[in-house]
Amino acid sequence: MLNIENLQASVGDTQILRGINLQVNAGEIHAIMGPNGSGKSTMAQVLAGREGYDVTGGSASFLGRDLLDMDPEERAREGLFLAFQYPVEIPGVNSTYFLRTGYNEMCKHRGQEELDAMDFLSLVREKLKLVEMDESFLKRSVNEGFSGGEKKRHEVLQMAVLEPRLAVLDETDSGLDIDALRVVANGVNALHSPEKAAIVVTHYQRLLEYIVPDYVHVLYKGRIVRSGGKELALELEEKGYDWVKDEAVGAVV
Amino acid sequence: MTQTAGRTAWYVERFDEFVRSLNGSSSARLLTQRKEAMDAFVELGFPTARDEEWRYTSLATLLRQDFGVVEKLGEEVLSDVDAWRVPNLQSHVLVFIDGQYQPALSGGASLPEGVRVSNLASLLHRDGEVRDGTSLAPRGKDAFVELNNAFLRDGVHVHVDKGVRVDVPIEVLFIAASPNAAVHPRLWVRVEDGAEATLVERYVSASDHVHLTNSLAEFSLGENAHLDHYRVQDENRAAFHIANLYVREERHSVLRSTCCTLGGGLTRNHVHTHLKGEGVDSTLNGLYLVEGQQHVDNHTLIEHAQPHCQSHEFYKGILADDSTGVFRGQILVHQAAQKTDAYQANRNLLLSDRAEINTKPQLEIYADDVKCSHGATIGQLDEDAIFYLRSRGIGSAAARQVLTRAFAGEVVERIRLEPLRVQLEDSVGKRLEQAIANRA
Repeated sequence: MLNIENLQASVGDTQILRGINLQVNAGEIHAIMGPNGSGKSTMAQVLAGREGYDVTGGSASFLGRDLLDMDPEERAREGLFLAFQYPVEIPGVNSTYFLRTGYNEMCKHRGQEELDAMDFLSLVREKLKLVEMDESFLKRSVNEGFSGGEKKRHEVLQMAVLEPRLAVLDETDSGLDIDALRVVANGVNALHSPEKAAIVVTHYQRLLEYIVPDYVHVLYKGRIVRSGGKELALELEEKGYDWVKDEAVGAVV
Repeated sequence: MTQTAGRTAWYVERFDEFVRSLNGSSSARLLTQRKEAMDAFVELGFPTARDEEWRYTSLATLLRQDFGVVEKLGEEVLSDVDAWRVPNLQSHVLVFIDGQYQPALSGGASLPEGVRVSNLASLLHRDGEVRDGTSLAPRGKDAFVELNNAFLRDGVHVHVDKGVRVDVPIEVLFIAASPNAAVHPRLWVRVEDGAEATLVERYVSASDHVHLTNSLAEFSLGENAHLDHYRVQDENRAAFHIANLYVREERHSVLRSTCCTLGGGLTRNHVHTHLKGEGVDSTLNGLYLVEGQQHVDNHTLIEHAQPHCQSHEFYKGILADDSTGVFRGQILVHQAAQKTDAYQANRNLLLSDRAEINTKPQLEIYADDVKCSHGATIGQLDEDAIFYLRSRGIGSAAARQVLTRAFAGEVVERIRLEPLRVQLEDSVGKRLEQAIANRA
């Protein structure tokens, strides 16, 4: 589904991704872990098409198409979804309107019929249950005045509405208490299926107790320095990131 | 300077013609008032950039135009004005074309007992009837106020008796039709103690011709009186529009006034509210949306004279292309006006690198126990928000439009008159769609 080869990216003069190789197939959940500043969030942003990051080398294809050649909205319409680490507050834009506009863009792209306000409301009501959100959220401006947990649940709600093929969750767990974490993780798990895939970017092993990955990759200084099964996350938790840092330094030398 | 002087002479000639055309039909008192106003205008001359209040608004383009008074409308200039009405707005309407009242196009929903709504011309000859109305705007200070007085011919008179609540909105529609027409509309509105009314003032052009609207409105609110006022200017891009509004508010009266500028090549809105009694609640909302070469200048003075009054001022502007804008918000709190609560905000969104806004809050406070806050912002669209929307499948242009609409929406959603709100949402949306498409 997603095939990343030797991906390199920089912000200004600073090289952040130094050659990422990753293959994600349908049905798989990959966790990307790593210490602060290792390039985890940059990787998520580059995949979603954020301006300000220059891809300086390598390639990425998504469902057979050149991902890096597409505008952010095209990537979304093709089925890529980024759950933001810091969801943006948009005053004056009603949540329902926001969700419906995105949903209908997907419909247009897929050649499906768009939904009017009434039909969409019944659809979104169902999805709200998944993230245990109150209907009153729909009347509020996008993320405005939401608590940290509400913002993350709202991200999962968007994911539930847009039904992406590949979800990239960028530190969705950071700042969440256990209850919120459980709700968010349950939502992500419920949306997962053999046709879909997810990349879970996280600093902490805790999230992976709730969203169990098939593969764990450790990112350090812009490269994946170690890959393994879910037990790698436990090993990291136990030994800390210094362990991979030392190993990585050893490997380079 | 010479241009200004030359233009003053032009208006004097037009005034002499105007007086001759009245052919003695004017009462002696009214004629004297007109002449005094013309003398005051000549004395003042047109404002220049040296006047602090006009520093960022140049009248050079206005002074190049040969505006004249439309003596008589051609037959059937406009027989159907539906295109300029607000859809689904059930109102009592007075329609004017080039400043001349059109009884056949006016009327609509009937008004309750205790409300008098009429055009001014029918009252002008009756001495005393409208004398109060001329007293709110200070004399000898403003060239455009004097011009309006000098050329006063028609306008609107609204009088709501004590305790009468008027549910039907009173609407005045000024349609400009003839080329180079100078129209000087006058509005005189009196809402007596405990009375309530809604007034919608709209200005449109039926053609692309250059024209000048120079309006003067004077509202007087009695104790506990309520007035909801909406002013929408959507004239053509060649239009010059000067608007002066003076409001006097007695004890515990409530004013909610919204000023929307969508059209006009050069627009100047001056509002002076005088919170004369205690406990007055006064709101001024504003929205300006300009593009191309449009220029808009909003100038407000909120004068707190007595204790326990609150004023809220909320102006938002969107400027695209090469458009320019000015916001100057004066709040004057007199020494007696203790416990004043005054809030002012002016937020601007620039859609191009070439658009310009000059914003200046100006607080003058002589009382020591007051709460006054103000804030002005100038910014571009939030790139993070644009990316957020795009990452949900919404295209770049659509994302910009959604965000720009939301910015304007904060003012539009405060409009309580639903049909007007819907119409504005629609026209603002279309305007923005165009502005953003032009940009792309």
